[in-house]
Amino acid sequence: MKKFEKLTSTVVPLPIENIDTDQIIPARFLKATTREGFGNNLFRDWRYDSDGQPKADFVMNDSTYSGKILVAGKNFGCGSSREHAAWAIQDYGFDIVISSFFADIFKGNALNNGVLPITVPDEFLEQIFDAVFADPNAELTVDLVAQTVTINATGANFVFEINPYKKSCLINGYDDIDYILSHKNVIEAYEQQR
Amino acid sequence: MGKTLVEKIWDAHVVKRQEGFPDILYIDTHLIHEVTSPQAFDGLRKRGIPVFRPNQTVATADHNVPTLNQHLPIQEELSRYQVDMLTKNCEEFGIELYGLGHPYQGIVHVIGPELGITQPGKTMVCGDSHTSTHGAFGAIAFGIGTSQVEQVFATQCLLQQKPKTMKIEVNGELAKGVGAKDIVLYIISKTTAAGGTGYFVEFAGSAIRSLSMEGRMTVCNMSIEMGARGGLIAPDQTTFDYVHGREFAPKGEEWDKALAYWQTLYSDEDAQFDAVLEFDAADIQPMITYGTNPGMGIGISDAIPATSNQPESERPSFKKALDYMGFRDNETLLGHPVDYVFIGSCTNSRIEDLRAVASFVQGKKKADNVEVWIVPGSKQVETQAKKEGIDKIFEEAGFVLREPGCSACLGMNEDKIPAGKYCVSTSNRNFEGRQGPNARTMLASPLTAAAAAVSGKIVDIRELI
Repeated sequence: MKKFEKLTSTVVPLPIENIDTDQIIPARFLKATTREGFGNNLFRDWRYDSDGQPKADFVMNDSTYSGKILVAGKNFGCGSSREHAAWAIQDYGFDIVISSFFADIFKGNALNNGVLPITVPDEFLEQIFDAVFADPNAELTVDLVAQTVTINATGANFVFEINPYKKSCLINGYDDIDYILSHKNVIEAYEQQR
Repeated sequence: MGKTLVEKIWDAHVVKRQEGFPDILYIDTHLIHEVTSPQAFDGLRKRGIPVFRPNQTVATADHNVPTLNQHLPIQEELSRYQVDMLTKNCEEFGIELYGLGHPYQGIVHVIGPELGITQPGKTMVCGDSHTSTHGAFGAIAFGIGTSQVEQVFATQCLLQQKPKTMKIEVNGELAKGVGAKDIVLYIISKTTAAGGTGYFVEFAGSAIRSLSMEGRMTVCNMSIEMGARGGLIAPDQTTFDYVHGREFAPKGEEWDKALAYWQTLYSDEDAQFDAVLEFDAADIQPMITYGTNPGMGIGISDAIPATSNQPESERPSFKKALDYMGFRDNETLLGHPVDYVFIGSCTNSRIEDLRAVASFVQGKKKADNVEVWIVPGSKQVETQAKKEGIDKIFEEAGFVLREPGCSACLGMNEDKIPAGKYCVSTSNRNFEGRQGPNARTMLASPLTAAAAAVSGKIVDIRELI
């Protein structure tokens, strides 16, 4: 997993609530057996029509908006446990997703792939949307070490929460398996005493 | 202070608890399928390690399989490749596979319980969010991502934060024509699709207790649709009777020992939940969804809520959902024409579901404007249905009894609902495009779906039975 500490970027705004993982990557694109290439079908049915032509009104087809940060409405990533959703977001080029609420499984999947999900209050989310819709070049700065997200234009910032263990995994590029494997003897001892 | 059921099971499975870290939680049973496992097997190969406890892992092929002509090679190339890959991976890593053609093949959440693999007190995971189904037995069961599938392969453990607990009580008697699916759709319509996020939900109360195991599975199955990672029900005599004698259930002395432990699995009187909700069974009508998440449900005779009654920030999303469905504010769905009826999925494809549908449609015919697909949850369910003559009843009614798989629940395999068509579905998700690009899904119980099949439109099942 790649290491992550700090990022300043413009954002792609998606002010829709309850974006489920079937929207992020529809099931018919889950047939691949590797982790690569899912970005092409990120938000497939919102992004392309049935003939495969880009839909002009979808934000990802609007060159006004770009960046490594996706900002979305509350309850982002609900539904299926498909990790392909996190892979698609990462493969497309997003390092961070900001929302006022994340579904559990998506949040875990994102963290396990080095995509940082940041939960902010509804009001702060509104401030981000306001800033981006006022100026599509508005940038956010995310500092994982300080756990802050800042709207650079206004200086408004929010201190977000992250599990300290997960934080150190992201900063150091570790994954959970490395950690659990280091406890193999403890696992075997547990099995013995059951 | 007493413990909740979740705490009892969780604490019994903690391998290591360390300040500042999630718990290392031991997993008794790992269920896998073709879609979310290949990248995890690849991960093992890259690390050069085996599956740590292959005999605690069970595989089946369900998401990507056709539900007609399963004896023939899978037509679609990528699907065939993925299913073949599962076979190869299971051979290489020594995992039992109930693949296509095996008498135990079926939807992963249907076969676990029917084989007696699912048992009270267990921890169970699967790379599928509807793993919560197994909680019906008083197990901690939840869906995981592929990186976690790899973790469980490698270590038989997961790093997990202990969840918050919620109790949802439903007391009282259910009206005629109202069943488990209506209970859970009702609950989700009250909690919203996010109301259970961060929690494990224990379902309790007399209306829950009165449900059969299959009904309990339907309720727990949809826990994830309120955002809850898992849902569970304390095991009781109904549970023990269901498990007893099944293929992989404990036998003889082992059974007695297991039963003694299972009888300790309940939330203590003085246990504290982080949240408690109570509902009255008498308030529950047959339910149907009108929108694009499972929280958007109404009683079948109710009107769709008005966009103007939604919180201001949610109005655009609400309107987007109604536009997608082709519905209007304040519209009632009774009488709305239906194009497809899908009876199946890990929510409602068990033998009781098929029996309920068969008993209602016996002697009736499907409406001409409707196509009806009945997809049994497993080969065993299919075999049982045929043994009972249910297949004949369906045939006479003009329904097609297909072969087991996830089918039209998720628009992944060949079974898709065409764009713009309305489908009354017994599955669990009405997301945009879930059953196929631009398909319009209305979630309901098997009985409500069967009533739509014979009427060709949305009707109130209570008026037909």
